[in-house]
Amino acid sequence: MKKLSARRRHPLAALVVLLFALAATGGLYAAFAPAEKAQADSAQSLATEEGKRLYSVGCASCHGTSGQGTHNGPSLVGVGAAAVDFQVGTGRMPAQQPGAQVPRKKAIYNQAQIDQLAAYIASLGPGPAIPSKQQYSPDGADIANGGQLFRTNCAQCHNSTGKGGALSEGKFAPTLEGVDPKHIYEAMLTGPQNMPNFPDSTMPAKDKKDIIAYLAQVDSSKAESPGGLELGGLGPVSEGLFAWVFGLGALITVAIWVAARTAKARKS
Amino acid sequence: MSTASHEVNASARRGKAPAGERLADWADGRLGIYSLAKANMRKIFPDHWSFMLGEICLYSFVIIILTGVYLTLFFHPSMQEVVYNGPYVPLQGIRMSEAFASTMHISFEVRGGLLIRQIHHWAALVFVAAMLVHMMRVFFTGAFRKPREVNWVFGFLLLVLGMFTGFTGYSLPDDLLSGTGVRFMEGAILSVPIVGTYLQMFLFGGEFPGHDFVSRFYTIHILLLPGIMAALLVGHLILVFYHKHTQWAGPGRTNKNVVGMPLLPVYMAKAGGFFFLVFGVIAAVAAIATINPIWAFGPYRPDQVSTGAQPDWYMGFSEGLIRVMPGWEINFWGHTLQLGVFIPLVIFPLVLVTIAVWPFIEAWVTGDDREHHLLDRPRNRPVRTAFGAAWIAWYLILLVGGGNDLWATHFHLSINAITWTVRIGFFAIPVLTFVVTKRICLGLQHRDRDKVLHGRETGVIKRLPHGEFIEVHEPLPQDQLHTLTAHDQPKPLEFGPEVDENGVQRKLGRTSKLRAKLSRAVYGEGAQIPKPTAAEHAEITSGHGHH
Repeated sequence: MKKLSARRRHPLAALVVLLFALAATGGLYAAFAPAEKAQADSAQSLATEEGKRLYSVGCASCHGTSGQGTHNGPSLVGVGAAAVDFQVGTGRMPAQQPGAQVPRKKAIYNQAQIDQLAAYIASLGPGPAIPSKQQYSPDGADIANGGQLFRTNCAQCHNSTGKGGALSEGKFAPTLEGVDPKHIYEAMLTGPQNMPNFPDSTMPAKDKKDIIAYLAQVDSSKAESPGGLELGGLGPVSEGLFAWVFGLGALITVAIWVAARTAKARKS
Repeated sequence: MSTASHEVNASARRGKAPAGERLADWADGRLGIYSLAKANMRKIFPDHWSFMLGEICLYSFVIIILTGVYLTLFFHPSMQEVVYNGPYVPLQGIRMSEAFASTMHISFEVRGGLLIRQIHHWAALVFVAAMLVHMMRVFFTGAFRKPREVNWVFGFLLLVLGMFTGFTGYSLPDDLLSGTGVRFMEGAILSVPIVGTYLQMFLFGGEFPGHDFVSRFYTIHILLLPGIMAALLVGHLILVFYHKHTQWAGPGRTNKNVVGMPLLPVYMAKAGGFFFLVFGVIAAVAAIATINPIWAFGPYRPDQVSTGAQPDWYMGFSEGLIRVMPGWEINFWGHTLQLGVFIPLVIFPLVLVTIAVWPFIEAWVTGDDREHHLLDRPRNRPVRTAFGAAWIAWYLILLVGGGNDLWATHFHLSINAITWTVRIGFFAIPVLTFVVTKRICLGLQHRDRDKVLHGRETGVIKRLPHGEFIEVHEPLPQDQLHTLTAHDQPKPLEFGPEVDENGVQRKLGRTSKLRAKLSRAVYGEGAQIPKPTAAEHAEITSGHGHH
């Protein structure tokens, strides 16, 4: 022991200790870690690697080089893979320009790239994961319950059939027509932009599924409109406009036509 | 005896009178239809498309009554809670009032129910819109002047009652959208100082929403208001008959005659045909486009609300008032005066009354006590026209405020910016519209004067021998000259000099001074362009100059 303690101030002592420590951790890890997990992790870490590369090119200028956020963009630590899948999958991110709200646009990354980005962001801190298809598929859901939940929790911003609405200062709740069920699910999970989030603790997964089923019923290309043209589903404003332009407009045209056809008008 | 047998012989010879004649004789003996028909069958109605706007109102009212009767056969005005089991899947198993459930039943299960509902609702929108346009026609042509002021008031009351009949009507299904509107109305009533709470309790029979409001609104909607409206409508039409219709100025048309077509057969055929055209257009609109899809809104629950909650268009300006009003409130001694709601509630009737009182203000200001049966061209009464246009602009800016959220989403604007625009526009736009419209009217008067004196521009350019280019003007035909100069140009009211001939100061009340000043504003210099006199016309057309 004396020999060892005598060399404890040797310049290379720290290095030796470090090597021992590393060898010990590595050895222990090799001894205890299950083999398959190690392989999966390496696939995961490959995705994370790729994601980090994509991130550095497309996202880092606003969100910081390691997702810590800057004054142009929030921190992404702990937002989870679901948030990335939503924001990038609906084309909102990367943002085109700063503004009141980042609108939906054509997605510029394909799904594989989005998954890699999501893996990288997920590696920064724990957050909601991308939902599985059976979580968001509307099959077998309770549509009426979904409608009730939608009117209670969503309609005040998104309108009772999800046509969207205005928020303050140029912000808005977008229309939900044509939005992928997965993205609706992720939006509820993560609360993007001005939207509050509805984690499973406040809105159970089954309720989210019901809401998606309700929207698929009333606010999709399959939605029926038993009364004829929907007029945007915006309520009395568009109805009033329609009544003035096509109702009264047509009637005044007819009145002009009738008045022009008088017994006197025939000039022989 | 001999005369009797002679009569028998005569009737046997001629045979019995035709059945129609006998029926008419029978009716005349009891109802006196011959003298009625004699007096009214040849009633003359002048022809102009704008005189048919009132007919659109009348016919859409009839359509509303007819379809409304059908709807009452299936509607249950009850707040009883039921569970929906009808065919519309997204609401199955949902609790709702019987009013909502029966409206769902009408929409999805009653044969033709949805079409009739949509005709009823579209006709209501068209009805109020047509009333407003009809009223504006009467306003801008001065058809409200003596002797028709009472009929103007009748028409105005019909408009207001129409608005409230509409409001109580679309509130009946107890859906989420209309329930929000009723809640808004309740809040407005509550904001009235001192009596608000009592009024609210009286109207709703307890706390909102309670169990009574649908049945009460039902009575108001199908009995009370339509009853009053029907009475006013009959009075309105009787007065139109009694006063005879106004007409546009023109050769042969004076303040003492009416030129047009007789009631029977020409006008009756046209009016009858027009009824079916109105019904056809409204039915077509109802078949093409949805209105008030209550199944999309869901049943009313006080804890739910949807964005884009607006009233039907005719209540839109009240929505605008409330949306742009800052949320002011005053607290004192534990009481809250909710000015953010109460002030709009006060301005709401003021907006309507502003246009309704104009005929009386105009008559007072101008001191005009003559009967008028010839219509004014709007340009010849610039102040009135400008006032009407300013009122319309005021109304429209409030409508923009009422739909501020949809303006924001559809034009990618900030809702706050729109609200501020409306706040400023509420005060500025009417003034601006007044000034601009008055200038346009005066400009048009200038043009009329020019046309009368110098003729119509032909577009033919002529080069004179000395090189000058002129445009050839063609004199107007005699009838157009008459029409363009038929209007009278009244002088402003004068109350005499401030001192009488003896140099004693005359007592002139403050109101008289104000009246004289206003009168100068309406008819004085700068408010009308002197129309050409016959002498001016003769001088110019006598060959002097090459105009």
